[in-house]
Amino acid sequence: MASTPVVSPMLSGVPDAYGRFGKFGGRYVPETLSAALDQLERAYAEAVADPAFSGELDGLLSAFVGRPTPLLFAKRLTKLAGGAQIWLKREDLSHTGAHKINNTLGQGLLAIRMGKRRIIAETGAGQHGVATATACARFGLECVVYMGSEDVRRQAPNVRNMRLMGAEVRPVETGSRTLRDAINDAMRDWMGSVETTHYIIGSVVGPHPFPRIVRDFQSVIGRETIEMSRRQFGRLPDAVVACVGGGSNAAGMFYPFVDHPEVRLVGVEAGGRSGTAGDHAASLSYGSPGILHGSLSYVLQDQDGQTADVHSVSAGLDYPGVGPEHSYWHDMGRVEYTSVTDLEALDAFDMVARHEGILPALETSHALAWAAREAAKRSPDEIIVVCLSGRGDKDAAEIARLRGLTADGGTA
Amino acid sequence: MTATTAAAPPIAKLQAMFAANRAAGRKALAPFVTAGDPDADTTVAVLETLDKAGASLCELGVPYSDPIADGPVIQASYTRALGKGLTLAGVFDAAQRASATCTMPILAMASYSLIFRRGIDRFVADAVTAGLAGFVVPDLPLEESDDLDAACRKAGLALVRLVTPTTPPDRAEAIARKSTGFLYCVSVAGVTGARTELPPGLVDRVKWLKTKTDVPILVGFGISGPEQVRAVAAVADGVIVGSALVRRIAEAADQPRSQMLADVAAYTASLTAACG
Repeated sequence: MASTPVVSPMLSGVPDAYGRFGKFGGRYVPETLSAALDQLERAYAEAVADPAFSGELDGLLSAFVGRPTPLLFAKRLTKLAGGAQIWLKREDLSHTGAHKINNTLGQGLLAIRMGKRRIIAETGAGQHGVATATACARFGLECVVYMGSEDVRRQAPNVRNMRLMGAEVRPVETGSRTLRDAINDAMRDWMGSVETTHYIIGSVVGPHPFPRIVRDFQSVIGRETIEMSRRQFGRLPDAVVACVGGGSNAAGMFYPFVDHPEVRLVGVEAGGRSGTAGDHAASLSYGSPGILHGSLSYVLQDQDGQTADVHSVSAGLDYPGVGPEHSYWHDMGRVEYTSVTDLEALDAFDMVARHEGILPALETSHALAWAAREAAKRSPDEIIVVCLSGRGDKDAAEIARLRGLTADGGTA
Repeated sequence: MTATTAAAPPIAKLQAMFAANRAAGRKALAPFVTAGDPDADTTVAVLETLDKAGASLCELGVPYSDPIADGPVIQASYTRALGKGLTLAGVFDAAQRASATCTMPILAMASYSLIFRRGIDRFVADAVTAGLAGFVVPDLPLEESDDLDAACRKAGLALVRLVTPTTPPDRAEAIARKSTGFLYCVSVAGVTGARTELPPGLVDRVKWLKTKTDVPILVGFGISGPEQVRAVAAVADGVIVGSALVRRIAEAADQPRSQMLADVAAYTASLTAACG
């Protein structure tokens, strides 16, 4: 009898009907939220099947966001690194300055389809908060954004911008007063408001169907990158790299590539001050499977399952969990996950600012640091694409503070 | 053939209590306390006080760092307990000491995050050793619960399920069918925390649920005073009071423990009296 042919299932064929990416994902939430998640799942399935939905979203992505975003050859950075070519997928040129808007417009349209006129969101760096406030202003929806008070301090320009667009920003004073606590409070709000409110979660985290929906809305990044790569250099890149906190820009960039095994995919986590627990936010590098914010994924936690304290210089990566699909890609060996320290990220920020004339977000600077280091080891024939997920204006004041510079960037 | 008498499963204590209540025409008062707030010894003393003051059962809240179903009062109590270094081992130890002296059954209210991390089998075994009667797992919906359900049935522990105002009727029936020990009827769509009024429709919902299941129905979330307890006990099999008690214990932090326990006893007695 002939042996059964080994069929390698496509890595893109997840999640299943229960929201599972392999063993990861799922829906671990209070019963109060079950009906709303079912409703969202149905609404999303209907929207995907409705050409009017994708037509409206595509129109907004084009005229409102400015898509497609360019794929730029980083000429001087490449020369400085001295090896492989570094190309930048310019999500920082999206309206509101980061990839987050791709998701908030999609989910905003879903909220309208579900008849929900109030939106809540969490934010870390404030980029998702701004993108949510922007979508709400555009659609005429009420908007409340939860943000850890430590992040309110670190990312003041984004707080101001949210308020200017009519959003209410609620500082969160519990726990570590960062992204994780903002998600907790947004979930608590949703527990009491679920019948009239949609929660626009900002990353590929949370209970099913959020990780899938956010990934799908962000996948425009990877699809455009594939198309532009073929057009601009006639093939797919050798490596694609993105920073990973919750992991939405990375998921959106990687997902269209996962079934192209010849492309190396690298996710860069926040290495913080050191590899000691509490000094970093690198869930895939140092964590273990656990349940946080409604899904099973790698989590930084103690022996009992209490979520650990984390640190990163970048507010958007300062999160003790990661999206379940990243855990799946990690365990399947499809994506490499590594980490870069605060100092390396700050150096990469400087390098890209001075050599490319781009102020990258501190989150993105982690991916840039890896790319510059890796490029040096590779031949000039090779191509590395970095997802330049967001612009760094929001970080300029914090960087000046960390460097002991004056507010206008001069030396004190 | 050997005639062995198997020890009664932990859930039997819960079932016997409900049977006794039914015979006496009484409803169950089920207070909730946070383990380890302000410390484990005090928690044991509070549990013993509740038992003597007529509580029918107690939910022992297992502190978790990210409790999304809980309002500010219980969340803060969890943060305080963890801040003092409380571990799961400490929680099980306190439960074991209390269950050795208390008549009332004690259930653990625990996030599935903690159960998953310890491993279902080990968590269940620890609970049995600690003399617990079962679990309430507020963040484990029906779809994700098969493994824990099987382990609890095997160990004879109750796995109490929750239905909420947002649960559709057919789903509520499915949840009720799976619930063991009792069914937890959440009074409001929202987090835990004392509220001044009972939500409209609650009484009708409880009445409808009673036509769908034989397991006792306890109502919780937002209930704090004897008037609310009386209204709920008129239709349900019992009432769960959480944040109001946790707050009393927290506010008495700088008083002598004896005074706090006397206050807890008086408060519990006033609620027990309202349970008819």
